[in-house]
Amino acid sequence: MKIGFSLNGSRVEWSGAPVTRLAAALRDGLGLTGTKVGCDAGDCGACTVRLDGRQVCSCLVPMGQMEGRAVETVEGLAGQDGTLAALQKSFLVHGAAQCGICTPGMLMAAHDLLVRTPSPDRAQVEDALGGVLCRCTGYAKIIDAVMAAAMPSAEIVARTGEAVGARLARLDGVRKITGADLFGADVVPADALWIRVVRSPHARARFTLGDLGPLRARLAAVLTAADIPFNGYGIYPDTKDQPVLADGLVRYKGEAVVALVGDRTTVLSIRDEEVPIAWVPEEPVVGIDAASADDAPLVQADKPRNLLLDGGVKRGDAGAAFTACAAVAEGTFETAFVEHAYIEPEAGWAQRVGDRIEIHATTQTPYMDRDEIASVMRLKPEAVRIVPTACGGGFGGKLDLSVQPLIAVAAWKLGRPVALVYTRPESMAASTKRHPARVTAKFGCDADGKLVACDVTATFDTGAYASWGPTVANRVPVHATGPYAVPNVRTWGEAFFTNAPPAGAFRGFGVPQAAIAHEAMMDELADKLGIDRLEFRHRNALRAGDTTATGQTLEHSAGLAQCLDALRPHWRKAQEEVAAFNARPGPKRRGIGVGCMWYGIGNTSMSNPSRMRVGLAVDGTLTLYNGALDIGQGSNTIMTQIAADALGLPVAQFTLVTGDTDLTLDAGKTSASRQTFVSGRAAEAAGRDLRQQILRLANAGDDARLSLAGSVLTVRDGAEVRTLDLAKVGPLFGEGTFDPPTTLLDADGQGIPYATYAFAAQMATVEVDIELGTVKVLRIVAAHDVGKAINPTLVEGQIEGGIAQGLGLALMEEYLPGRTENLHDYLIPTIGDVPEIECLLIEDREPLGPSGAKGVGEPGLVPTAPAILGAVHHATGVRAHRVPLLPHRLREALAKLEKGTSR
Amino acid sequence: MGDYLRPARLDEALEALARPFTVLAGGTDFYPSRVGRAIDEDILDISNIGALRGISRSGAGWRLGATTTWSDLLAAELPPLFDGVKQAAREVGGRQIQNAGTLAGNLCNASPAADGVPPLLALDAEVELASRQGTRRLALSQFIQGNRRTERRPDELLVAIHVPEMRQEARSRFLKLGARRYLVISIVMAAATVEVVDGCVGTARIAVGACSTAARRLPLLEAALVGTPLDSGLTDRLDPAHLAPLAPIDDVRASADYRREAAFAVLRRLLAEVAA
Repeated sequence: MKIGFSLNGSRVEWSGAPVTRLAAALRDGLGLTGTKVGCDAGDCGACTVRLDGRQVCSCLVPMGQMEGRAVETVEGLAGQDGTLAALQKSFLVHGAAQCGICTPGMLMAAHDLLVRTPSPDRAQVEDALGGVLCRCTGYAKIIDAVMAAAMPSAEIVARTGEAVGARLARLDGVRKITGADLFGADVVPADALWIRVVRSPHARARFTLGDLGPLRARLAAVLTAADIPFNGYGIYPDTKDQPVLADGLVRYKGEAVVALVGDRTTVLSIRDEEVPIAWVPEEPVVGIDAASADDAPLVQADKPRNLLLDGGVKRGDAGAAFTACAAVAEGTFETAFVEHAYIEPEAGWAQRVGDRIEIHATTQTPYMDRDEIASVMRLKPEAVRIVPTACGGGFGGKLDLSVQPLIAVAAWKLGRPVALVYTRPESMAASTKRHPARVTAKFGCDADGKLVACDVTATFDTGAYASWGPTVANRVPVHATGPYAVPNVRTWGEAFFTNAPPAGAFRGFGVPQAAIAHEAMMDELADKLGIDRLEFRHRNALRAGDTTATGQTLEHSAGLAQCLDALRPHWRKAQEEVAAFNARPGPKRRGIGVGCMWYGIGNTSMSNPSRMRVGLAVDGTLTLYNGALDIGQGSNTIMTQIAADALGLPVAQFTLVTGDTDLTLDAGKTSASRQTFVSGRAAEAAGRDLRQQILRLANAGDDARLSLAGSVLTVRDGAEVRTLDLAKVGPLFGEGTFDPPTTLLDADGQGIPYATYAFAAQMATVEVDIELGTVKVLRIVAAHDVGKAINPTLVEGQIEGGIAQGLGLALMEEYLPGRTENLHDYLIPTIGDVPEIECLLIEDREPLGPSGAKGVGEPGLVPTAPAILGAVHHATGVRAHRVPLLPHRLREALAKLEKGTSR
Repeated sequence: MGDYLRPARLDEALEALARPFTVLAGGTDFYPSRVGRAIDEDILDISNIGALRGISRSGAGWRLGATTTWSDLLAAELPPLFDGVKQAAREVGGRQIQNAGTLAGNLCNASPAADGVPPLLALDAEVELASRQGTRRLALSQFIQGNRRTERRPDELLVAIHVPEMRQEARSRFLKLGARRYLVISIVMAAATVEVVDGCVGTARIAVGACSTAARRLPLLEAALVGTPLDSGLTDRLDPAHLAPLAPIDDVRASADYRREAAFAVLRRLLAEVAA
């Protein structure tokens, strides 16, 4: 069917099936990939466009309804000459785009509002943007940007040598606000074959495949386990336990079984029932108790007791120390599977180029992908090239392989480009989750409120495969004391296999779960001794010079006490406000809570080097070859700010090459909050290296000032001015490496697991409806010791986004396999759920870090749930022992409490 | 690939329904249930039938055309009788969904948590079903039979919703309880329409959604309210026994016990708002 309509003011013709979604027609037929698809179900709003002057989800509009109508997409916002609209400028200046996948939808919803209401208030912005989900920003900067769109402030330009610390707009920002950034699903060539994966409907089953001949006759290929050269992958060399395609046995619902490869329409038209798979379902192992029971069936035959691993930290004599404590608190806390819910589902394509395989996909970790694909395909790592696309959110979920092995195997076999784009339900069913945890904690203190002893056991449900389970189980015992000085410590972590989705890496690697426990214990001890909860923490805060449970003496940069100092005036004021509110009658009760955390930056007791390179070409092109992937957090900008100041040239003169394993060195994975600290330090070293080479060539001193114009580099050293013609000098390269100094932990967990730690304290004010059990978070104040904020806007963005995820963890997010595999049954916070957030940046310099910086990616999330749950307790007396604290759970706990007190 | 018909006239649409079609209007329920697969069924798109869209007075009431969107409803000038259904319209998905989703679609999709059903039940709405054989009208409470089940025959279209006028001053309100602010499927919702006679409740119609396979009216509560002054004492008339028609279930959003308890609290607040 031929359809003519107006697209951004121009008449276009499209032909195809009338039932085609407008979003698909825009992206596939008309080539406008600025409109993003996050769910195809109207749940996320990423595909929002304006249709006849009203915002709609373009995934819900049939092309059959488009004749004669007018569509506006993100590509139409800027002027024809590329001049950004005021709204776009405002997004750029405020840092309202992080990964950028929701940005086009946000912009179109905001534009729709501003056309009618040029100067909206916060409530109007929330109502208008309520239909678009963002998983990165916590919405704060989006709201600011829309409210200021009538008068956007000017972009900040940093002078040479003053980039570090400046609120520069993100360097990839214009791409993100114009729809030009290309994500995994945006780069698929038109002639690519498609894969549809047939997944297990059972949590545990044996199966046999029937005759695949008829299907193979209709398709380019039907891949099974037999087609995978080495059918096992996993994070660690000794945990390659996850098959690319299951081999006769499935261990979780959603596990990949068969891959159909063919033209897109054909593979999508084949129903699962048409694939001959004979299932013999078995009783699944569900939950920690079932997995650790004496007679539990094994999830993996060679893993006795279903145990992935265990281990802990021991210092002093916790058992004996408790007997001398003036107060002791104990409790057990449980958390659920939590889904990353990045708005960009996993996507990518691959092609064989001679004897190499090239993969273009969304990822957080190009070099690990390269080595893993090489292993799966039994190729040399050099035969694999990873070209990362823009990454529409990761949060740890894109550290594991997703589409990569299947597209690589199929493209290799067929010699044609092959693509795979997960649907939303597929992304949710197949991908890793946050580990459900059961944390049993006991803390004791003396009569002055000084902590004396701590005993914590954290048990994790690691799902069907190891993934990042070992990382979680190792990291948590180190962090389980909380950010406090405790002389007598016994902590333990253990992880069990179950027939559930593999639990992997998710922002915080288990520490957010443990923090819920240790912070509840701090509140209880403080209450028992009648000490203010904030002051109790202040008294016990780890400070420079203190020794941690692993025996590591913190030499520098332990700014928790400063964070609490910064919160104190807000805390006292809120205390008074809450008391005044609660003096009034009614079903609403308010409370405040405080949560603290520490977080070791980088791998636990393992080498995790980064290498960076800065090149100056003969034509004067200055390039940062940056392997540190920007998944929205802003490392493209941060690395450049650091390198620019180290070199002594302005940020604006840099060109970026990011992530491609053929063009950049290994800067490790974007995880563990390590990029600013580790890769940033390498970028600093690379910039300095290049500077030293230039200074040597110019025979200039360390304080010389550089400037670059075309191929002429001018070096001013005091009164002397020398010029270098790069065309004559030849290309220059500076290189830098950094690997944070750590040591192995011994049998008692003693050693130096991390080179530095981030610290934070957040306070939450909540309002509980005690009749309905609902919790509204009214305000969060977040104080974070980041060492040095390289770019305060980006740092705040990390904190605000982390807070939104922490709020979700506390109040609404619970992944149930088979039941919440979409974004309307699985709830993440909307723009109306995240409160106003005030960020207080504490800069207790870390001498090892670039300009003193540490990391902030995960710390934003960790203290939020504890602060909210503490505030709920303050408001109601209910201590949440299970999250999410859904309304019915809180109401149940309130009812119990009411019964108890009326007796 | 299936057929895709998009007639401009109702009679053409009804002719087409001599054989089975999937009816499509706003698309907001159609596409979400077809994620990641080729759509090959025969489709009857009724969005181009002008006669099906819009709100008009008809006899002793109002006619809400089937493909009237939630945004159309919000933009329409209507008496206070419609305040409750307008409140519900603001809670249907986000603005994107309100701009596309239709009233009839919400009814025909027959989700137990359909936001439009309780307020329309509280308006005593009837649905008009048309086929080649003619038209028939059914009370909304009869039309929706249960979870995803309606009385619509495959050869019929829901063409309009009829809302009777009230003889006296009317007030109507809607309340929704969900686990987040926007884009949320209700845990409980309730709607009330009250006719005011001399400062007292003349007649009352109360409906609760998401607490049974289909939203339910609460006749005992309605009867108990009659004659009560519209003041703060109105909420005192509420009794747990009034909730007998509800049969909530446990699901991912809440437990059955919680729903029963929350429905009571929501109803009390709803009555307080009606009385305010």
